[in-house]
Amino acid sequence: MEAILGIIIAAILSQNFILVKFYGICPFMGVSKKIDTALGMGMAVTFVMALASAACWLVYEFLLIPLDMVYMQTVAFILVIASIVQVVEMFLKKMVPALYKALGVFLPLITTNCAVLGVVLVNVQEGYNFLLSVLNGAAGGLGFTVAIVLFASVRERVNKAECPESFQGYPLALIAAGLLALAFMGFSGLSIT
Amino acid sequence: MDIILAIAVLGGLGLIFGLVLAAASKVFYVETDPRLDQLNACLPGANCGGCGYAGCGAYAEAVLKGEAPIGACASGGNECAQAMAAIMGVKAEAVTRKVALVRCSGDRSYDKDGNLVRGSKIKAEYEGFKDCMAASKVGGNGPISCKYGCLGFGTCTKACKYGAISVKNGVAVVDEDLCVGCMACAAACPRNLIVPVEPGRNVVIACASMAKGAVTTRGCTVGCIGCGLCKKICPEGAITVTNNLAVIDYSKCTNCGLCATVCPKKLIKDSNVENLGDPTVKPMNNPEVKV
Repeated sequence: MEAILGIIIAAILSQNFILVKFYGICPFMGVSKKIDTALGMGMAVTFVMALASAACWLVYEFLLIPLDMVYMQTVAFILVIASIVQVVEMFLKKMVPALYKALGVFLPLITTNCAVLGVVLVNVQEGYNFLLSVLNGAAGGLGFTVAIVLFASVRERVNKAECPESFQGYPLALIAAGLLALAFMGFSGLSIT
Repeated sequence: MDIILAIAVLGGLGLIFGLVLAAASKVFYVETDPRLDQLNACLPGANCGGCGYAGCGAYAEAVLKGEAPIGACASGGNECAQAMAAIMGVKAEAVTRKVALVRCSGDRSYDKDGNLVRGSKIKAEYEGFKDCMAASKVGGNGPISCKYGCLGFGTCTKACKYGAISVKNGVAVVDEDLCVGCMACAAACPRNLIVPVEPGRNVVIACASMAKGAVTTRGCTVGCIGCGLCKKICPEGAITVTNNLAVIDYSKCTNCGLCATVCPKKLIKDSNVENLGDPTVKPMNNPEVKV
C-alpha cells in the first residue's frame, strides 16, 4: 500500500516527468496553447504510458533478461513503444471511433515522446513488478496531464497580457514553464516512506 | 557472438512487430468513402468554423452522413455548394453571399485642439488587457460611454482568419472584398455588434444602441435615437423602431436609400462605410432618388 501511494505521489508531484525531470518538453510546449487540446494530449499520454509500461515490462522480463541483453534495453523499448502506438491507433480507429476522435491526432505525436521512454526506463531502474510498472506509467501520465493543463491555462492568460515584443510567444511561454517548474520543486521533499 | 545475438534478437523483434503492424493494417482497415476526399477538395480548407463544425473536414463528414445541409459554408459560397451538391447527387439552392457588418458608427475624429467632434465618447482610460471581452467586463459597462458601442480593441480582428476586419479610429470596419461571411468575428464580439448582411446593401443601420435617445446622444454623436424619421419616409414600410433602435426588414427593403437622406444622425449608410457623416452625400447606387 505504501509503495503504491509513494509511486503515485512521486509520479504526479515530486518526480513529475515534465516539471521536475524535464522529459517530454516538446508536446509540453507544442500542444499547450489551449486547455482542451492539452487535456486531450494528457489523456493520450496517460493511455500510452500505461500501455507501454506493460508491454516493455513483458519484453524486459521475458526476453531481455533471459537472453542477457539488458544493455540493448533502450533500443528494444523504442521499438516496442513505436509499434504499440501504431497498433493501438489502428485498433482504436476501427473499434472505438469515439476514443480515436478524442485521442487520434495526438497518438502519432507520442510515438517518439521521451516521457514515454523515460517512464519505462524508470520502471526498469526501480525494479518495479508488472502492476507497479503499469501504475507508475498511468500515474506518470496523470502527472503529465496535470502539468500540461496547468501550463495551458497559464498560457491562455499570459498570451493576453501586454509584454515587450521580443518576449511575445515562446520566450514568455518558456519563462512561464520555468516558473511552473520552480513551483513544482516545492514538492521535492514529499514522500510517504 | 554477443553482437550476432543482439542483431538477431532485435532484428527478430522488429520483424515480428512489422508483421503485426502489417496484419493489423489489414484487420483494422477502415474503408473511407471516396466522396469524403472530393467534398474536402471543394471546401476552402480555412477551418474558419462558420458552418458550426470544428473545421472543413468535420463539416465534409457531416454532409456525407446527411447531418449537415449543403451550403452551410459561407466562405465557399454558391460555387462550393453546387460542387458539393453534384458530388452528393442532390440539388442545392443558390447560396447568396453575406458579409459581416459592424453595427457601430462611433469611430472618432478630433479637431486640432484634440476635442472629440464625432463618434462615441471615451469616459475612462482603460489600462487592462487589450481585449474587448476583458474591457466589456469592467464596471460601468466598459470604457466608452455607449454601452452598446464598439470597444475597438480588435478581438474580432484576431478572430478573423481572412484579415477582413480591422479597427479604424476606434471602431471595427469590415472589408467586404475580403470578408467571406463566416461570422467568426460575430461570435468573438462581446457586444453582439456584428451581423450578416448582403454585400453592396445601400442602407444599413450602423448602430446597436437600445438606450433612450437622450442617453444615446450624451454618449455618442452618431447613435440611433429611435426618432422614427426613417420609418415614416420608407415607402415600403420596411423599417420598424423597437427598443429605440431602427431595424430594416431586408425582405421588404428595395434599397432606394430614402431613409439615409432623412436620418438626423447620418448613421444609415452605405455598408461600404465611406463618406460617413457628410450630409451632402447622396444615396449610392440609385440615381433615381433626389435629395
